[in-house]
Amino acid sequence: MSKKNKLAPYMKKKLISYLINFLLVVAGFVVINVLTTLGVIDRYIAGILTMVCINIILAVSLNLVTGILGQLVLGHAGFMAVGAYTAALFTIHSGLPLEGFGGAITFLLALVLGGLVAALFSVIIGIPALRLKGDYLAIITLGFGEIIRVLILNLDFTGGALGLRNIPGMTTFNWVYILAALTVYIIYSYMLSRHGRAVLAIREDEIAAEAAGIHTTYYKMAAFVMAAFFAGVAGGLYAHYIGVIAPSKFNFNYSVEILVMVVLGGMGSITGSVIAAAVLTILPEALRAFSDYRMLLYSVVLILMMLFRPGGLLGRSELSIAGLGRWIKRMAQRFAAWLRRRKNGEKAPKKDKKSRKKGEVQ
Amino acid sequence: MNFITQIINGLNAGSIYALVALGYSMVYGIVKLINFAHGDIIMVGAYAVYVVLIMLKLPLWVSVLASMAFCALVGVLIEKLAYSRLLNAGAQRISLLITAIGVSIFLQNLFQLLFSSSAKSVPGFFPEGSVGFGGASVGFGTIITIAATVLVMILLQLLINKTKTGKAMRAVSEDAGAARLMGINTESTIAFTFAIGSALAAVGAVLYMGSYPQITPYMGSMLGLKAFVAAVLGGIGSVPGAMIGGLIMGVAESLTKGYISSNISDAVVFGILIVVLLFKPTGLMGKNVKEKV
Repeated sequence: MSKKNKLAPYMKKKLISYLINFLLVVAGFVVINVLTTLGVIDRYIAGILTMVCINIILAVSLNLVTGILGQLVLGHAGFMAVGAYTAALFTIHSGLPLEGFGGAITFLLALVLGGLVAALFSVIIGIPALRLKGDYLAIITLGFGEIIRVLILNLDFTGGALGLRNIPGMTTFNWVYILAALTVYIIYSYMLSRHGRAVLAIREDEIAAEAAGIHTTYYKMAAFVMAAFFAGVAGGLYAHYIGVIAPSKFNFNYSVEILVMVVLGGMGSITGSVIAAAVLTILPEALRAFSDYRMLLYSVVLILMMLFRPGGLLGRSELSIAGLGRWIKRMAQRFAAWLRRRKNGEKAPKKDKKSRKKGEVQ
Repeated sequence: MNFITQIINGLNAGSIYALVALGYSMVYGIVKLINFAHGDIIMVGAYAVYVVLIMLKLPLWVSVLASMAFCALVGVLIEKLAYSRLLNAGAQRISLLITAIGVSIFLQNLFQLLFSSSAKSVPGFFPEGSVGFGGASVGFGTIITIAATVLVMILLQLLINKTKTGKAMRAVSEDAGAARLMGINTESTIAFTFAIGSALAAVGAVLYMGSYPQITPYMGSMLGLKAFVAAVLGGIGSVPGAMIGGLIMGVAESLTKGYISSNISDAVVFGILIVVLLFKPTGLMGKNVKEKV
């Protein structure tokens, strides 16, 4: 009973925070839709916004493994490719309706199927790599990303180097927006859940986590498979947005681009990934003249971030409106106190530890 | 193309993998870091040979020595500029890995800007001709490659087991803290390891160019990956293991190309990695190190 009472203010705060975020997401959705009907957002901008949402799904899901679990994955684009080809082949060959409500169901099925097949691949490569301690996942996912590309190039039903054509353009902005919001919500709640705490414990100290009774292989696999699933869904969305998919798109550089988003935003910070994904999708569009130097710049960003700010820009903290409100309130209080002191001609109170200790002795 | 020819081709490629795998293995043994940039050091070595041999038109032995020296320098520079700060601060492993992958991408893109992304062709510099061997003809190039690899391996074994520097390297890889207490300069030992590993990569680059006369800024990534798999297969941290792992990889790849399909030879490489990790993660010659808390 008393425990419940103690938790109540915290739960209330959390609920308010969730409500504010939900309203913000809805508001963003409405604003963008209104702007589109008014013609302020043209096809070009709508395309960029769609890519922003797809990259948000990719970056947030990679953050689950790299930031929250602490394992490096270098083949996220490979899982995306698996999802993209599976979903595209499903909508092309299944013969299910492509229009109206039936079309929406078909599309949803295709996306889920793409995610599931990507997850299946992650199980196959995760079992040997994640059973062991150490950095095998990095090397095995790097190899997987390359091999899946080579396989797609050489298989018949994937269209080879020319790519898969005539994929129905079913991805609309509303689809990617809702799915991106859903992905962020699911991964964020996962991080706060009992499972998420186990995953965080493994990142902090795998041996200690194991000693505390956490089944490390299981939780590592769970996080990795979940990330691969969302990468597959993002791939399906991408395939049905762009219409033609070729293996060259899902190369190592794309995996690194997603990794840069996670590292820049802060490993372990979901909102950081969202912001970094948005910025790093829009910025290259604005700076097309420097596209030759993009990968060079990304590599320098990776090295410098690791050397001087390994936690990323946001570190592990999250950005939230409620938090921002609390921050503003705190700053306002401080400012008021400063004003009061100034009026009274007082000096700022000393926060020195030494003086306080002396006072205690006296 | 009979069976023996395939085996000999495999040994040729495998020798190169073995040389590169040594670099991975030595660096991993001493700082527990998968040095992703090691594959790209091969590419740097290949371009160094290209510059000295083709552009400056100097003799082959000069270009080989220059390439080895340049690679050793680049290896030490990478260690000093990118890794040492993180190693000294005891950073998380993932930070080190991300730095390594950053260095790898940096080198690839830097050389793409310097030399353009199109492939540069290098005329074969090994003497033409071949000798008969059990019904198959073996080219001089292959003989030189295998002989050079064996020679380098023997020299390296002597360096590690018979000299004072080698003893220091073994000590640091076993326990860096204790080695420091015994008066070993760990920083210079680590730098020396990077230098040796990178110089071996340069030798690998020269031999690679002898067999495959084309170089691109991205040639190092796949070669490096395969060499890493070879190092894991042989038992990472072990010199003879790297040699055996490299040769097995080369032969397996060559047989796949010859009898199944050349498209899936890369997939077979990673199939091997998965099987090794499933059944014997310490590799063929690796020691099972107990974990202490």
